[in-house]
Amino acid sequence: MPHNRTETGGRIDRGQMVNFTFNGHKLQGFAGDTLASALLANGIRLTARSFKYHRPRGIVGAGIEEPSTLVELMGDDASGNRPATTVPLREGMIAKTVNCWPSPGFDLGAITQLISRFIPAGFYYKTFKWPGWHLYEPSIRKAAGLAAAPTAPPKQGHFENRFGHCDLLIAGAGPAGLMAALTAGRAGLRVMIADEGTEAGGSLLNRRLTIGDGPALDWVQGVVDELDNLPNVIHLQNATVWAYREHNYLMVNERAPDNPSLLERNWRMRAGHVICATGAIERALVFGNNDKPGVMLASAAQAYVNRYGVRLGQRAIVFTNNNSAYAVAADLAAAGITVAAIVDSRMDVPEEARSMVADIDILAGHVVTTARGRRQVRGAAIAPVDGGASQQIACDLLAHSGGWNPAVHLWSQSRGALRYDDALTSFLPDRPAQNATSIGAADGQMTLADALDRGARAAADVAGVVRPDIPKSTDLPYAVTPLWRVKQATGKAFLDIQNDVTVDDVHLALREGYDNVEHVKRYTTGGMGIDQGKTGNINIIGTVAMQQGVPLDEVGTTTFRSPYSPVSFGAIGGLREDSVVLPYRHTPVTDWNLKNGAFMYESGARWRRPGYFPQAGESFQETINRECRIVRNGVGVYDGSPLGTFEFKGRDVGRFLDHIYTNIMSTLKPRQGRYGLMLSDDGLIIDDGVALRLSEYRWIVSTSTGHADAMNSHFEELLQTQFPDWNVFVTPVTSQWNNATICGPDARDVMQALGTDIDISSDALPFMGFADGQVADIPARVVRVSFTGELSFEVNVAPRDLPALWGKIMIAGAPLGIAPIGSEANHVLRVEKGFLSLGHEVDGTIDPYDLGLGWAMSRKKPDYLGKHAVAIRRAGTSNRRELVGLLPEPDQMVPEGAPLTPGGDRKPTEGLVTACVYSTVNERWVGLALLENGQSRHDETVHVRLKDKIVVARVTPPIHYDPAGERLRS
Amino acid sequence: MMNIPCPFCGPRNEAEFAFGGPVKPDRPDPNMVSEEEWAAYLTQVPNPLGPVQERWWHVKGCGTWLTIWRDTRTHDIVVRPADAS
Ligand SMILES: [Zn+2]
Repeated sequence: MPHNRTETGGRIDRGQMVNFTFNGHKLQGFAGDTLASALLANGIRLTARSFKYHRPRGIVGAGIEEPSTLVELMGDDASGNRPATTVPLREGMIAKTVNCWPSPGFDLGAITQLISRFIPAGFYYKTFKWPGWHLYEPSIRKAAGLAAAPTAPPKQGHFENRFGHCDLLIAGAGPAGLMAALTAGRAGLRVMIADEGTEAGGSLLNRRLTIGDGPALDWVQGVVDELDNLPNVIHLQNATVWAYREHNYLMVNERAPDNPSLLERNWRMRAGHVICATGAIERALVFGNNDKPGVMLASAAQAYVNRYGVRLGQRAIVFTNNNSAYAVAADLAAAGITVAAIVDSRMDVPEEARSMVADIDILAGHVVTTARGRRQVRGAAIAPVDGGASQQIACDLLAHSGGWNPAVHLWSQSRGALRYDDALTSFLPDRPAQNATSIGAADGQMTLADALDRGARAAADVAGVVRPDIPKSTDLPYAVTPLWRVKQATGKAFLDIQNDVTVDDVHLALREGYDNVEHVKRYTTGGMGIDQGKTGNINIIGTVAMQQGVPLDEVGTTTFRSPYSPVSFGAIGGLREDSVVLPYRHTPVTDWNLKNGAFMYESGARWRRPGYFPQAGESFQETINRECRIVRNGVGVYDGSPLGTFEFKGRDVGRFLDHIYTNIMSTLKPRQGRYGLMLSDDGLIIDDGVALRLSEYRWIVSTSTGHADAMNSHFEELLQTQFPDWNVFVTPVTSQWNNATICGPDARDVMQALGTDIDISSDALPFMGFADGQVADIPARVVRVSFTGELSFEVNVAPRDLPALWGKIMIAGAPLGIAPIGSEANHVLRVEKGFLSLGHEVDGTIDPYDLGLGWAMSRKKPDYLGKHAVAIRRAGTSNRRELVGLLPEPDQMVPEGAPLTPGGDRKPTEGLVTACVYSTVNERWVGLALLENGQSRHDETVHVRLKDKIVVARVTPPIHYDPAGERLRS
Repeated sequence: MMNIPCPFCGPRNEAEFAFGGPVKPDRPDPNMVSEEEWAAYLTQVPNPLGPVQERWWHVKGCGTWLTIWRDTRTHDIVVRPADAS
C-alpha cells in the first residue's frame, strides 16, 4: 500500500494494480483511479508548467473543471490536451505533460518567468503586429506548447454517430438527475440520462452523505439498478451532453460505448423535454501564488480523499468564504490529515458549519494573502480581511473554496436566460427558451434534500404524474459571502490558471479601454482554452465589477458555446470519412475502363471517368494527341453517361422551357432537338445543353454533368413556387439512360457495322435529330449531337445494356481502328471548336453576347429568365470581355487563368486565358481567352503576363477548326 | 439542427433539406415595371431581425418545396405574423 493511500474506503479496487508511465516514470495506481488521482497517490505534485510563464503547476481540480494539468496520451490512446482528472487510468497507459520541455521539473521555457513582467496581457498582439502575426505565430505556439495532434488514426476500432429520439433527456446523473430519471422512467417516458463521469452519483461520489437509512451511494446503486431494468430508459455513463442546439437537439458524446469495436459514439438526440441536472462547479479563490502545486479546490481535495483514497498531505489549510469547505475539512481530518486551520473570510461563521469541525481552529474574518513555497506549497501567509498583521502557517496542502457556480453552460447554450442571485452570488437559470427545466445544484438547490425534491417534481411535471415521495437526507445548509479577490494578495494572483491571466491583466485591459466583459476575455484570453474558465470566469466578472463599481449582473457573462468540454473530432465525424461522405459515381463500363488501362479521375459531380488511356511508352501529351487524331481522322468512342438528363412531361412543358431557355423551344417539332442556354433571372449563364422533343407532351433535357443537381433544384423551385398550376413534371433520368458516343468521320461506318434498323443517313437523321430503334439488337435512342465537332452518334441505352453495347462497338470498330477517348482529349476537341465550357469560359460577369452566342437570345419572346437583367447590364457597360481565340507566338503553351495585360505591362488586366491545348489538326498550341472588346480585335497582338516572362499571342476568332461546322453535320 | 415540418413527411431533420432563401415578392412582369423596380426585385432579399418567410426544399425526402416562417433570432418556427404582408 503506497503511503499516500488511505487503508480503506473509496471507489478504487486496491486488489487491482494498474501500471502506467508518466513523463517516462513507471508508476502504479489502482483500478478506479484517474490519471490525476494515481499521480497524487504516487506523491507527484509538480505535474505541469503554465502556458505563458511556465510556472510550476499541480493538479487543481478533480473533473472537467481542471485548468492546470493537461496531458498528451501516447500510443494506442493517442490524444492531446486531456485534463488528467478526466482520464481513467488504464493498464499500460503512457502520458506526458504538455507545456514543458524536457520535463516539468527542469523546464527551459521557465526562463520566461524571469521576464514575465514584460509580457502583460495583450503583449503578443502589441509586439508581433508587424509585418504580420502569421510570421511569429508558429514559434510562439511552439513555446506555448499545447499538445500535438496524433499523426495517425487509431489503430483499431471506429467512431460512430447515432440519431435518437426521447421524451426526456436528462443531462447529469447526480442526485437530482437520478431522482428525475427514476420518476420519469417509472411513469413510462422514453428517457435518456447521460452523465460525464465514469459512474453515476455526481457529487455523491466525492462526499460522505446518507440518503434514507444508508450511505448515499447505496441509494445511487439502487436507482441505477432499477433504471437499467427499465426498457424505456437509456442510461449512459462516461457520456457528456456537450451541445444544446435549437429545437431541443442535443449532442451526447459517449466515450466508452458497450461495443468493443467502437471507440466513441456521438448521439444526436431530439428530445421532447430536457432536464439540465449538470450540478455546480466550485470556484477558486484569488490570492497570491494561488497556482502553486498543492493548492487545490476544496471539492477536489474531498474527492481525492473520499473517492480515490488518496491522503493528499500531512497538514492542510482550508481557505473558504462559504460553508461547503467545512465538510471538506471534516473529511480531510477523518482521512488522517491534520487540518491546521480553516481560514474563513466571513466575520460570522454559521453555527452548523462550526459544529462539523469542533476540533479545528477557525480563523474567521481572515484571508490567505499568499501561498508560500517554491515548487510546491509549504505554508501560507494569513491576514485579517480588513488589514492588519499577517501570520505564517505551515502546510503542504491548501484547499480553497470560493463558493459554487451552477453549471449553466447547457442551459445557456439553449438560449435560456440567466439572472444573478445575490444570496448564491452566482448566475442562475431564469426563463427557459426551449422545453427545458434546470434542477439540482445547476438550478441553485445547494442541499441534497432540495435537489432530490426538485428532481422528482420536474420529472413528474413532464410526465404528468404526481410527485413521488423522496427519501430523507441531511446536508449542511449552504451560505456564502462573495470574495472575488484578496485585495492584499502579494505575488501573481491568478483568475484563470490555464491561460495565466492575473488580476493585473484584467486591470490592464480595463485601463486600456476593453471594458466589456467579452472584450476583457479576448484581450486577456481569460476564460478561453480547454477548460473555458470553469473555475475562474466568475472571478473575472467579479474583478471587473469591483473595478467598475457596478453589480455583477450589469457586467454579465460571456457567451456559453458548445462544446461544454472537449470532444474528439473522430466522435463528431463518426463514419463520415471521404469514401462515405463523397462516394464516387461510376458508369457500368468502369470495369472495362480499368482493364483497358484508363487513368481515372473525377470530372465533376463526383463522377469518376477515364481521363486518358495511355499505351506503353507514351507520354501524357502523346496519349492525348493520339486520342485526338483518332477522333479527327478515324473514329473514337467515349462514355457520355454522366451528362445530366431530365425527362419533362406535361401540357405546359414548351411554355416552361421557353421561360428557362434564352431561345425558343416550344416551336420544336417532335423528333427534333435544339441547343440552348439557360440564365438565372439576374443574368448569369447557369447551364447549356440540348432539348429533345419526344412527342407533343414529352421532352428530354440535358444539362452539364456538374450542374445536374443544381438544375434539378432550379426546375423544381420554379415549378413548385412560381408555376404551381402549370402542367409540368420533371424526372431526373441521368442514371436511367447511359450512352456510348461514337464520334469521328468513320462513325457512320461503325453504326452500320453494328447493325441498326434506324435510317442513319444524314437526310433521315440530320444533326440535332434523333430516333428510337435497335442498335446491335439492343433497344436504343440514337441522338445526333456533337461535343467534338465531328460526326457523332450518341447511342443511348438502358444501363444494363451498356457493357454489351460497348463490347460490340469495340468489335465493330476494330477494323477502323476505333479507340476509347478520355476526358482530356474531349477537352482539347471542344477547345479547338470553341465550344462553351461552363467552368472555363463562364463566370458571373459573362453573358451570351460576350461568347458570340447572341443568336441564342430570343428577341421574339417578351420575357424569359435573365433577359432583362442582361439588357440592363449591357446598357450600362462598355469594354465587355469577349471570347476570342489565341495563338501564342512563338508556339508554346500558356497556363489557364493567366492574365492578359496591355503590352504585358504591370497594368490592370484586360482579360485572361481560359484554355490552352495542343491542337493536332493545327499542329500547334491554341487557346481561348476572354478579352476586352475581343470580338473587334481579331488579328491584333496581346500579351500574356506570366511570372517569369511575357508571351505574345495573336487574337483570332474563337473557332480553331472547321468554322463552318460542316464536319459535325456530315 | 432544426426540426422542419414537411407537409407530407412530418417533422424532419434540417439535414434533409436544402435552404431556398427568404421568400421574395412575386415576380413582376419585367415589361410593366421600371428598371429600378426590376433591379430591386432581383437584388433585394428580406433580412429582418425576427420572423421571416423562407423556402426549404425537402431534397433528401419527398422533393417538396415548402414555406415556413422562421424567427431569425431564435430559429423558432413560428406562425405567420398578423402584420405580415
Ligand atoms: Zn417531405
